Amino acid sequence: MSLLELRSVDKIFGGLHAVRGVSFQVEPGTIFGLIGPNGAGKTTLFNVITGVYTPEHGQILFGGENIAGLKPAAIAARGVARTFQNIRIFRTMTVAENVMVAGHHLHNASIAAAMLRTRSYERDEHALGKRAHELLDVLGLADLSGEVAGSLPYGSQRRLEIARGLMLSPRLLLLDEPAAGMNSQEAQTLNEQIRFLRDQLELTVILVEHNMAVVMNVCERIHVVDHGETIAEGPPAEIKTHPKVLAAYLGAQTPEIEASA
Amino acid sequence: MKRTLIRTAVTAAVLLAIYGLQFGVEAGFTEYVQRIVLLAGINVILAVGLNLINGTTGQFSIGHAGFMAVGAYSAAFIGVKLAGPLHSVLGPGALADAVIFNSALVAAAVLAGITGLIVGLPSLRLRGDYLAVVTLGFGEIIRILFNNATFLGSATGYFGDDPSGLPAYTNFFWVFAWVTAIVVVIHNLTFSQTGRSLTAIREDEIAAEAMATPTTRLKVIAFAISAATAGIAGGLFAHMQAGVRPEDFRFEKSIDMIVMIIVGGLGSISGAILGGIFVAVSLELMRDLQQYRLVLYALLLIVIMIVRPQGLLGTRELYQVFRKRKPSPPAEGT
Repeated sequence: MSLLELRSVDKIFGGLHAVRGVSFQVEPGTIFGLIGPNGAGKTTLFNVITGVYTPEHGQILFGGENIAGLKPAAIAARGVARTFQNIRIFRTMTVAENVMVAGHHLHNASIAAAMLRTRSYERDEHALGKRAHELLDVLGLADLSGEVAGSLPYGSQRRLEIARGLMLSPRLLLLDEPAAGMNSQEAQTLNEQIRFLRDQLELTVILVEHNMAVVMNVCERIHVVDHGETIAEGPPAEIKTHPKVLAAYLGAQTPEIEASA
Repeated sequence: MKRTLIRTAVTAAVLLAIYGLQFGVEAGFTEYVQRIVLLAGINVILAVGLNLINGTTGQFSIGHAGFMAVGAYSAAFIGVKLAGPLHSVLGPGALADAVIFNSALVAAAVLAGITGLIVGLPSLRLRGDYLAVVTLGFGEIIRILFNNATFLGSATGYFGDDPSGLPAYTNFFWVFAWVTAIVVVIHNLTFSQTGRSLTAIREDEIAAEAMATPTTRLKVIAFAISAATAGIAGGLFAHMQAGVRPEDFRFEKSIDMIVMIIVGGLGSISGAILGGIFVAVSLELMRDLQQYRLVLYALLLIVIMIVRPQGLLGTRELYQVFRKRKPSPPAEGT
């Protein structure tokens, strides 16, 4: 059974049909790319999957359960983590604190226990801090754990968002343009980190990305949308040469995608 | 076991120190100065409580005088009604008074907390200016309810059953024992997983929700805790004078509280403590200019916004100002 399945999902904003009848299935353990030109509806799809928007029509099945219409916190608690296109870290908090925020499920102590600093509270707190450091270590941020998050460079903030998402112990990780603003060296490292995470944490990853070097390199299956509608789906090799994709991206059939990949 | 022992010892030592200080304050200062000291303590409770919701969680409430009023009336009324039965059981004396007073304060906290829950549930779905306006409205509604409650003396206020007014339970020891307890508890809460989540709500509510934070529930809980502390402050305030009057809890009182936390720095507990003391002292210094007080406060707020918008301490605590943030050591076993 697929981990995530969208069944003819529609999202309408007033007169704008932002997503129209999109369906796809994501198998467990895949790195799945969601691409399309600017304004194609990729981020809207992320927002629909994570509950920020409720779709007008269609179903979103996560592990067989329809999650369309649930609140974002409920969907996150079921194991869907995400990052944001316009980085949304908690700027005044430290790097470690940012990650720990997502650790509710590891913290069973009540508010009263926190106020009185009971032993069980401190045990949970310690476990939480330890897990946060492990994840920061994986993303190469362990040395920065005490820094104020807003002071980090751009690329580190993006990695921090991933670490924070992983703290949810997710089954599905949605990355919204993780390579934006990264140079090719950093993007290469990111590719390796995404694969490493998928293997180590048994994750399924969905990636929205404009950097074709990243998409074609790391994704095993790619879904292409344009004007809110599906135009193609397949493995990278097929997508690279798909005439509709080339037309959508370039308006003409110039093989530039191939060149950059 | 050892831990409990240490904690009990520390608690005892702190209480003893407050008890000792009480003699010093009573011997060394005039009644007038003593009253300002008590008001400063009560202000600290108000400011630290309000800071939890306005500073840490970033939800701007400007109707907290209402919760203080609920606490003041509850503590006054319950204190008076408990006195008869408890004195007949425990006899007259300090022990009975302490039991009556603290039961009344706990009841005040619970009732103010429940009021906070009732007000918070619908209001905290709103944000920013809208929330501020709604809490302002609720604060006024509560005051006007007391203004019309005949069994609580309506507009004249509640003075208990005795012609000499309410019993004067409030003294240095109880005020500062409660100040210490509330500061410790709110500090622990702020620097816990719950506190981190509240700060996350302030920083970015959408991201907090995407990280499975139950935002509405936490906001309402923080609001209720904040209201409960205002209730205790109200109870302490009630028992330091002859009676509780609705006009003590006007909009200006809420503004005083806002000034306390803005001067000290929104989001900082140490800042709230300094701000609470500042307002108690400055109100006394400006006593002769009563009607111009709000003008001066408004000017002060404008100056702060221009010169130091983050307040005295920003979101930092006093002890963080004096040491640089050092990177926390990596957890063992990684």
